[in-house]
Amino acid sequence: MSQINETPRYYVPHSSIWPIAGSIALFLTAFGAANFIHQSTDKVAAEGNFGGPIFFIGLASIIFMMFGWFGTVIRESLDGMVSEQLDRSYRMGMTWFIISEVMFFTVFFGALFYARAISVPWLAGAGNNLQTHLLLWPDFAETWPLFRTPGGTMNESMGPWGLPFINTIILVSSSITLTFAHWALKKSKRVALGLWLSLTVVLGSVFLCLQVVEYMHAFDELGLSLGSGIYGSTFFMLTGFHGLHVTLGTIMLIVMLLRVFRGHFTADKHFAFEATSWYWHFVDVVWVFLFTFVYWF
Amino acid sequence: MDTHSESNSKTRHPLLAFAARWLLTTNHKEIGTLYLCLSFLLFFIAGSMAMFMRLELFEPGIQFVDPLHYNQILTLHGLIMVFGAVMPAFVGLANWLIPMMIGAPDMALPRLNNFSFWILPFAFALLLSTLFMEGGAPNFGWTFYAPLSTTYGPPSTDFFILGVHMMGISSILGAINIIVTIVNMRAPGMTYMKMPMFVWTWLITAFLLIMVMPVLAGVVTMMLTDRHFGTSFFEAAGGGDPVLFQHIFWFFGHPEVYIMILPGFGIASQIIPTFARKKLFGYHSMVYATLAIAVLSFVVWGHHMFTTGMPLFAQLFIMYATMLIAVPTGVKVFNWVATMWRGSMTFETPMLFAIGFVMMFTIGGFSGLMLALVPADFQYHDTYFVVAHFHYVLYPGAIFGTMAAVYYWLPKWCGHMYDERLGKIHFWVATFAVNLTFFPMHFTGLAGMPRRIPDYSLQFADFNMVSSIGAGLLGLTQILFLYIVVKTIRGGEKATAQVWEGAEGLEWTIPSPAPLHTFATPPVIADGDHP
Repeated sequence: MSQINETPRYYVPHSSIWPIAGSIALFLTAFGAANFIHQSTDKVAAEGNFGGPIFFIGLASIIFMMFGWFGTVIRESLDGMVSEQLDRSYRMGMTWFIISEVMFFTVFFGALFYARAISVPWLAGAGNNLQTHLLLWPDFAETWPLFRTPGGTMNESMGPWGLPFINTIILVSSSITLTFAHWALKKSKRVALGLWLSLTVVLGSVFLCLQVVEYMHAFDELGLSLGSGIYGSTFFMLTGFHGLHVTLGTIMLIVMLLRVFRGHFTADKHFAFEATSWYWHFVDVVWVFLFTFVYWF
Repeated sequence: MDTHSESNSKTRHPLLAFAARWLLTTNHKEIGTLYLCLSFLLFFIAGSMAMFMRLELFEPGIQFVDPLHYNQILTLHGLIMVFGAVMPAFVGLANWLIPMMIGAPDMALPRLNNFSFWILPFAFALLLSTLFMEGGAPNFGWTFYAPLSTTYGPPSTDFFILGVHMMGISSILGAINIIVTIVNMRAPGMTYMKMPMFVWTWLITAFLLIMVMPVLAGVVTMMLTDRHFGTSFFEAAGGGDPVLFQHIFWFFGHPEVYIMILPGFGIASQIIPTFARKKLFGYHSMVYATLAIAVLSFVVWGHHMFTTGMPLFAQLFIMYATMLIAVPTGVKVFNWVATMWRGSMTFETPMLFAIGFVMMFTIGGFSGLMLALVPADFQYHDTYFVVAHFHYVLYPGAIFGTMAAVYYWLPKWCGHMYDERLGKIHFWVATFAVNLTFFPMHFTGLAGMPRRIPDYSLQFADFNMVSSIGAGLLGLTQILFLYIVVKTIRGGEKATAQVWEGAEGLEWTIPSPAPLHTFATPPVIADGDHP
């Protein structure tokens, strides 16, 4: 029974423990997160302090589940169970997953454009909204970035040409080095592959470190936080979710690097590597939009 | 990978083997069954909430449910019906049917399929647990508008938010699986334009899900950060706007409405040709109409918020775009009618439900056209007319569609014929009760009765009493449905492989009940075969 199908036939796995493990892990994460928030905010001030531990146990279980699940898939692939058709399924699955991620970022960009084109001008009296302006916050003046919210919170804005520009160069370069790594893999130049991939990991990590530096600069010197009105909200949510995705992408790249050292992937079969690089390019493209619309214009 | 093989599970304790079978399964038929069972369970839970609401609305005044609890069960009724009853029912049907209809051995990503399902019971446990929390369950309606859900939401709102995140993950993964299955797993010769309509409608539905479920995830994330992390997305004092919430929500919400009806269109397009014993009229136009509906669904979200203050040009654009949807929808309705035209019709239960679907969905479609008119909508907005409208597209639409599908394919799934006499009784009583419940709501709504209230003015008393009687009857009818389904699963007349004389499609070429694994080697579809 262990040799289920020979390859041209589509490989349908027997039952698996990992999906239900993942469901439980997700539940623990969500349940823990909600309780964690309730137990650590004055607004709710719920009793107990089990939320945090459950949340982190949930996160750890998700990571454990992914190790197990992807490990199984890698073993199947090494055993030659992945037919051309199954390979196509994986490719399409990854493509649609990235499309869903694009939509997730679209929402936050939508909120940014809405604030800039509609809500901030309207609060300042644009269009037929003079009454709104006069009755609510007559002192409010429209600026973008928003230096002073209608409610009176003050902050400075993050300019584009310091760290953000350096970060743009770093992230765009990392996409290029990753492509060089891919070319090296396709020509079976394993040493070059390892070097280019390592360089990509380094660039990704440097990007993340600089993001942390930038955040500290924003908090300490610009007075910019999630609480500084819609500018701070969109700035931190967009760059924050992007940073989270870069973190995930970097972890994926590190896993790929470890697999390269173990001798995985061949010149014509390396879907996991390609999926990771798609993801990395996607993260890069999102950053270009971020740089343009959050920092620059 | 062979640790859970079937030979191994026989040596275990039967209860453990049972749990292992259903918890760890990667089989599309078993997962389809799980989806359908969960959906049925949640349908009854949310339905009993509706019973409480109708009980309270039986007479003016506050008798059984105080306003605070009324708002809570109203919210959960909506959320569970949308995310727990209708959507999982359609995903369950997709799981059962799509691989059999396109000649695939299973779904493309079977483990992911299991994951998509098993997230759901946990998500709904999280959502239902809010009923027992301090401060009560979410009480702002299934649309959870800010600032009701941000500034004024009860603490349990955060559990609701994370529950929605889980449902979103489940839907996205499920939709990815369905698209990949349809695109990559079709049997040789099964070209796109030979796919059964149910598969086509699900392909488009899955696309809509992938496009809008992340939007829902985004908006609940903004809610969470607005509530606890100081952001101002929906807070005017910070430069945000509560109306932004409505824009984002309905950008998700309107395609979501079509997610809940397109598979129903597919079901009607499978059943009507069978019992009219004719090919589906205008197959190609049916496909293009579905595509057109899907595309238009992205540009009409504003018709849910005509009264919230949009620029005039936006209102006009959205009004015309919304009315444009009547064209492809009309194409579909005419095609179904033309399929029946001069057919050798018989009226078995699935056909009755399908015809009921076409007729009563059309009533909901017409009231939708009325609501699309900006000046008229100013009057109808947030009245019972809206409640009547969407219950007409959801109950005799989505739910009758699901029931038609269950009667139609149940013999294929379990190998027994259902009790035709009871099925017909179920249909006629349900149809009577649906109309008794929801038709008077048009009148109360036009007369100005606002929705989402536990008490009302005296002049609405008669119609509300009628609605409540209808609702009680409708609730009882579904117990009959449960009885019929359980009875059919447990036994009954043996079904043939063909089941229905006029049925066409690959699923009728395999024996009834369908064996656990079908089409391990794909069938070949000849050139001449056509849907």
